Parts: sequence; C-alpha cells; structure tokens
Amino acid sequence: MSFADRTSQLPDDQRVVITGIGLTSPNGHNLEMFRESLLAGQSGVRKYNIRYVGDTLAGVCEFESTKYQSRRDMRRGTRAGTVGIWAASEAIQRSGIDWPNVDKSKVGIYIGVTEHGNVETENEIHSIKAYDYDTTYWSHHHNPRTVANNPAGEIALNMGITGPHYTIGAACAAGNAGIIQGVQMLRLHECDLAISGGVSESIHTFGIFASFKSQGALASHDDPTKASRPFDQTRNGIVVSEGACLYVLERLSDAKARSANIIAEVVSYAINTDATDFVLPNPERQAQCVNLALSRGCLTADHIDIVSTHATGTSSGDSQECIALRNVFQDCENIRFNNTKSFIGHAMGAAGALELAGNLPSFQDRVCHATINVDNLDPECALPGLVINQPQELPKVDYILNNSFGMLGINSVVIVRRF
Amino acid sequence: MTPAEIRDEILDILSEITPDEDLSGLDDDKSFREQLELDSMDFLDIVMELRKRHRVQIAEDEYGNLASMASTVTYLEPKMRDIVNA
Repeated sequence: MSFADRTSQLPDDQRVVITGIGLTSPNGHNLEMFRESLLAGQSGVRKYNIRYVGDTLAGVCEFESTKYQSRRDMRRGTRAGTVGIWAASEAIQRSGIDWPNVDKSKVGIYIGVTEHGNVETENEIHSIKAYDYDTTYWSHHHNPRTVANNPAGEIALNMGITGPHYTIGAACAAGNAGIIQGVQMLRLHECDLAISGGVSESIHTFGIFASFKSQGALASHDDPTKASRPFDQTRNGIVVSEGACLYVLERLSDAKARSANIIAEVVSYAINTDATDFVLPNPERQAQCVNLALSRGCLTADHIDIVSTHATGTSSGDSQECIALRNVFQDCENIRFNNTKSFIGHAMGAAGALELAGNLPSFQDRVCHATINVDNLDPECALPGLVINQPQELPKVDYILNNSFGMLGINSVVIVRRF
Repeated sequence: MTPAEIRDEILDILSEITPDEDLSGLDDDKSFREQLELDSMDFLDIVMELRKRHRVQIAEDEYGNLASMASTVTYLEPKMRDIVNA
C-alpha cells in the first residue's frame, strides 16, 4: 500500500522506523500494560508526600529496577538514570536486535529532559543543613549526578554504548525532541541505531511541586485518580509524574536487512518557538508548528487520524491548545483527539514519548483511547472528535500526530505512520 | 569506640556503598579494592560517611590508610577511641 507522505518516497536509508519501545509509566511498566490501562481507563495517579510541600499527588512508577542495574549503581546515580536504563534496556530487548554483536560505537543516545539536577541539589542542601551548611559535607557525587547529560550517560555506562550520548533540554516538549534528534542523527549517519525519547525524575524535586503550586497550577482532587482532568471545566492544574519512554530507531534499510519488526515510521516533525511568554502558550505558534510538521511531510490535516494532545489540565493551556487544533483541523470530520495525561499526569521530559507510545497500538487495533475524567466538558475545549471517557474504534488509523509543548514557548510535533 | 566497634562501623558504611555485596566473608588483610572493586568515588564515600557520622576528618594524603579493613581500623583507632557509640 502506498502512502501520501513525502517520507515514503525517500530512499530507505533516509527513512527512520521504530523497532523497539521500552517504558515505565505510572500505570504500566511496558507497552502492553500501559496500553491496557489506557483502554481500561486506569489512572496511575496516587497520593504522594514530598518534603516541605507535604501531602500532594503524583504519578509514581513501579518496575523491577534491579533487573538491569545493580543497587550500587542505583545509589551512585540518579532516578532519571534508573528509569532511563530500564526503558533503554527494555527497548533494546524488545527490538529483537542481536545486541551483543551490535557495534556500540554506532549507537547514539538522545534523551529529552524537562530539567535535570534539581533533585540532587535539593538533596545536598537538605543534607548539609544538619552540618550548619558546611560545604565540606557536600557530596562528591553531586557533579556527576547533576551534569546535564547524566541520564543519557548512565545509560551509556550501563549498556557499554560508546557512540554519542547527550540529553536535549526542551521543557515538556523534550520527549518529542529526543525522538526528533534521533531521527536526524540517523539520517546524517551519525549513528546506526538511536535510543531516543525522554525521561523524568521530577516527582523527586519538591521545587517543581512548590513552583506549580505558587503558580496556581498544581492539581488537587479528593480522588487522586480524578486529579488530572484536561478539558474538564473543573480542571485545576498539573499532576507531576515520573516516567521514561525510549524508542529504538533505525534506518529502514537497516531494519529491513535484519528483518526487524517495524512498529511505525516517523514521517515528519517540527519544533518552533512562541517567543511571547515564559509560561503562557501561544496558539498561533502551536498551530504553525503543527502545520509545519504537516507540510514538511507533504501531508494535509485530513490525513491525520489521531491527535495526541499535549493538554496538561491547566485552565489556560488546554483551551489555548484547542484554539490551535481548531485552527488546523476544523474541516476534518473523522479526526479524533485524545489525551494521556488524564491517566498518568504530566511525565514532564518523558511525556511526549510516553503519550506517543500509548497510541501506537492503534495502528493494529484501530482503537483510539480516550481522555478520561471529563465529567463536565469545558465548552472552550469541546473539540469535535474529542474521545471522551471511553475508547472509540475507528475505521482506519494510518497517521498519529503527537503534540508536546513546554515552557519558554517551545512547541514540538511528531507525526508517525502505520508501517 | 573499640577496634571491634570501628570495624562494625566500617562494615556498615561498606554495606551502604556496596549493597549488592555479601560482606560476611570479608578478609581484613586483603584490600577493599581487590575484594569489592571499590573505586576512588567509593573511598571518598567512606571518608564522607566517617565525617558525617563522627566528625572524623581524614586528610587527603592519608586516604591510603583505608586500603583494607585491618589498615583502616588501625588508622582510625586513635581518632575514634574517644567516640562513644550511640
């Protein structure tokens, strides 16, 4: 079957496909569990307590962390490193590649992060308080834990990867940005295999909770599972979550040569900037970003079957994104919109990558998972095609468009196609 | 602290640094590095823990005394003999 997008016309060594996915999310530690939770309406948000802030809510991941990492290395490293090592190891294992015989110097690691280092810095300041802030008690582990490349570097150390490794700081657009970086590096032949996506350890820094609270943007609800409720009229902010989602990306030529199981093809992407505000979104620029991704891929809005929205549950952010989506998709009768944060909260640097992953099984089962916790749909967010509370079966799913936006006005869009 | 108590304290610190290791068979006369594959960051952890727990200061040029359990206890005994174990 032929597809309309420009990418399918490119030579195979310029086409990039997904051949493995490893993840940990607050409601599942592999794609099957995650997808099952999304279709069953299962939230991963729970009660949580963190110093200084006290009782709050968060998305917490549970997985067998010692499967791929020693307790000694876990102690030495960071939570971002640990969730990253889990996701990378799972992705490689699930890709079916003959990992022991892969040339590790040709593997690149590109990890999106919203922030990194806050957790360790807070821990150290908390620790030296007991010593009257005498900095001779400051840990020698602080620098290797807080350098910006830490999560990617820990994956490289753990897996013996000697190709390039670094993180991409892109606020909450980071998961998409990590994927985009991997695609670009493969097209440039800077690596032969990319481990790309995003990670988040943000629930371990009180500062992120406190800052959202001061901003009036930290979600609350008597029922933790109802707290993250994008598009609902009573939404009152963000639930902070940890998580990781990393993809094995390969050039199509390489994937074909090893008869890999190809999950999807990355057919287009775009990143742009609002340049208008530190925190408030700009729907005009968001729409431009979506349109840029469509036009780069020689696609039109009506090619898209599912839009995975970024909406975080803030009053302004959700309605502004809906303005952008109406602008682009107003004439698309069959399009469906959903939202993953309603299940797992905002997984920060991992959000974009996780939210895309949860939708990928739609290529096989043609089911669009819902956005949950919409008891009173905000009229400003009443997008025709918004899949509310119950999953919906679609006649076809060929293209999924994944929105991921972040502070300082960074917007990112990734479009993937059924293969 | 007696030499035996100092040894127990070092064992406790080592169990934190190397949580995957079984320390029951540790040979006091063999180097930590040989038995536990400790690296320089691990030795700094021992120094930091002693500083945090007991305010024991170890000068950089004396780190070599922490090579094995026997040498560590011998080195620390005069520094820790007046510490009362809580």
